[in-house]
Amino acid sequence: MSDPVSTQGISESLLITPLHGAHVARGARMTAFAGYDMPVSYPLGVLKEHLWTRAHAGLFDVSHMGPAFLRLTSPTGEPAADHAAVSALIEPLLTGDIAGLAPGRLRYTLLLNAEGGIIDDLMIGRPVEPERQGELYVVVNAANKASDFAVVAAAAGQAAQLDRADDRALIALQGPEAAAVLAGLAPGVEGLGFMSFAEVALMGAKALVSRSGYTGEDGFEILIEASAAVGLWETLLTDRRVEAIGLGARDSLRLEAGLPLHGHDIDETTSPFEGALAFAVSKKRLKAGRMRGSDRLATEAGGSLSRVRVGLKVLEGAPAREGALIATIEGRTVGVVTSGGFSPSLSAPIAMGFVPPGLATPGTRLQVAVRGRAQVAEVTSLPFVSQRYYRPSSAPTEV
Amino acid sequence: MRFTKDHEWLEMEGDVATVGVTAYAAEQLGDVVFVELPEPGATLKAGAEMAVVESVKAASDVYAPVSGEVVGSNGGIANNPQGLNDAPEGSGWLVKIRVANPAEIEGLMDRDAYEAYLRSL
Repeated sequence: MSDPVSTQGISESLLITPLHGAHVARGARMTAFAGYDMPVSYPLGVLKEHLWTRAHAGLFDVSHMGPAFLRLTSPTGEPAADHAAVSALIEPLLTGDIAGLAPGRLRYTLLLNAEGGIIDDLMIGRPVEPERQGELYVVVNAANKASDFAVVAAAAGQAAQLDRADDRALIALQGPEAAAVLAGLAPGVEGLGFMSFAEVALMGAKALVSRSGYTGEDGFEILIEASAAVGLWETLLTDRRVEAIGLGARDSLRLEAGLPLHGHDIDETTSPFEGALAFAVSKKRLKAGRMRGSDRLATEAGGSLSRVRVGLKVLEGAPAREGALIATIEGRTVGVVTSGGFSPSLSAPIAMGFVPPGLATPGTRLQVAVRGRAQVAEVTSLPFVSQRYYRPSSAPTEV
Repeated sequence: MRFTKDHEWLEMEGDVATVGVTAYAAEQLGDVVFVELPEPGATLKAGAEMAVVESVKAASDVYAPVSGEVVGSNGGIANNPQGLNDAPEGSGWLVKIRVANPAEIEGLMDRDAYEAYLRSL
C-alpha cells in the first residue's frame, strides 16, 4: 500500500511549536507542514476529530501561523489619528477598509500583488484600548509568513515596525461548546462578538482572544506567551467537552465551511473576484481606484470573469482531490479541483474548484475525473455545512 | 498468511489468494471512507496497483502481492468502507486473485518476518 501520510521524519530544519511535546505525549501522528513538525491527527483519528468539533469543542495548535503587531514608531497618543496613520501604511496593500475598522474588531482581508492577485489572505485587527490605536494585530498564513512580513515591513518603512509574535502559541478552540468551555476559564469571553478580539487574563497569563476561526463553527483563537501555552492546552483538555484536533480535520472542517486555503484554492494568479471573495473587497476603495490591480479588479467586479471558485458535490464514486480536472457533461475540460475530499458531516465527497462563470450556477451538472474515470458532480453554493458564528444582535455588522 | 513490505496480506486456498491490507496499514490509514476494487476478470501483475483505499485526508494505492486474474472482490467493503478498519485481516479483505505464478508467493514474508519488519520501521 502506498504511504497514506507524508512521513518526513523530524529533520534538523523543522521548527516546532511550544506545544510540540504535548502533541507527541498525546500520541499524535506528526508531519511536516509549512516548515513545522505538526500534528496531523491524534489517536481519535481525523473522522472522529472532525465530527467532535462539529458537536462539541475541538482544540487546535495553530502556532505555526504568523501573528504579528504593526506598531507606529512615534504614535501621537491621539487615538483616531494614530489608527489612521497605521492603517494608511498597510491598507494600500490590502482589499479591505482598515481605516474604517472599529476598535476591537477583526477583519478578513487579502494581500494583493500589483496585478490584483492574492499574495495571501489574512486577519487584521484594531485593538480596543485607546492607548494602542497606533497598532494593528495581523495574522498571516504559516506557509507565507516570511514573505508577507517582508512585504508589510517594507511598506511600513521607518514609520512603523512589525513585531513578530510567532514565538508565542496560537491555540484555536472551535465548536458549539467552545464558548461555554472558555468562559469557564475567562468569564466574559462568551460576550465577544464574531470577529472581535480583546486582551483577556487566562490562567494568570495575558492572552489575546479573538472570536474567529477556520472551521465554520463558533469559537476562539488565543494568542498566548509560550511559557503559558502548555498549561492552557492541558487545562482545556481536562474538560470533557474538549478533544485535541489535528491539521487533517482542520482541513476537512474548513473545506466543509467553504473557506479557501491559500496556495491551493487561491494564489498569486487568483483575484478576489475569481476566488469568490468579493465580500473582502472594499467597494469604496475599489471605486476610488486605490487598490493594487484596480483596473483588473474593477473589470471583474463588473462581471467580466473567466473563472470563479465554486463548491462541488461529487454525486458518485471516489473523492475528487486537488488537481482533478472538471469537465462539462459532454466531456469538455473547463476547470480544475483545488481542494477536495470526503466530508465527514455529509458522508459524501465534496470539492472546491474553478469553472467559467456560465457553469457556476448551483445545480449545474459537471464531471470530475478521478483516476481516469468521469464522475458526475453538481455545483453547489458554499459553504457545504452552515456556518455557526456568534453574532450578538448588539454587535456592529461587518461587510 | 503471507505479507508484503507494502503491508498487503495474502492467504491461499487452492490456487486462489485472498488479499487485503494489514492491521498496521489500516491503523496508518485511519478511518477508511472509500474503497475502489478491480473488476472480476482483470489481470494483475505483482506490484501493480490493484485497489485504492481512501481516508478523509488521502488516497492510497493497494498493490497486488502476486500476479493473476481477479476472481472476486469484497462488495461488502465497497459499500461499508469502515468494515476495513474493523477487521482488516479478516472480513475486511479486498480481492481474490487466481494466482498465475505460485513461485511469487515464496518471495513474500511470513508472519514472524513481517512483524520483525514492522519493528524495523
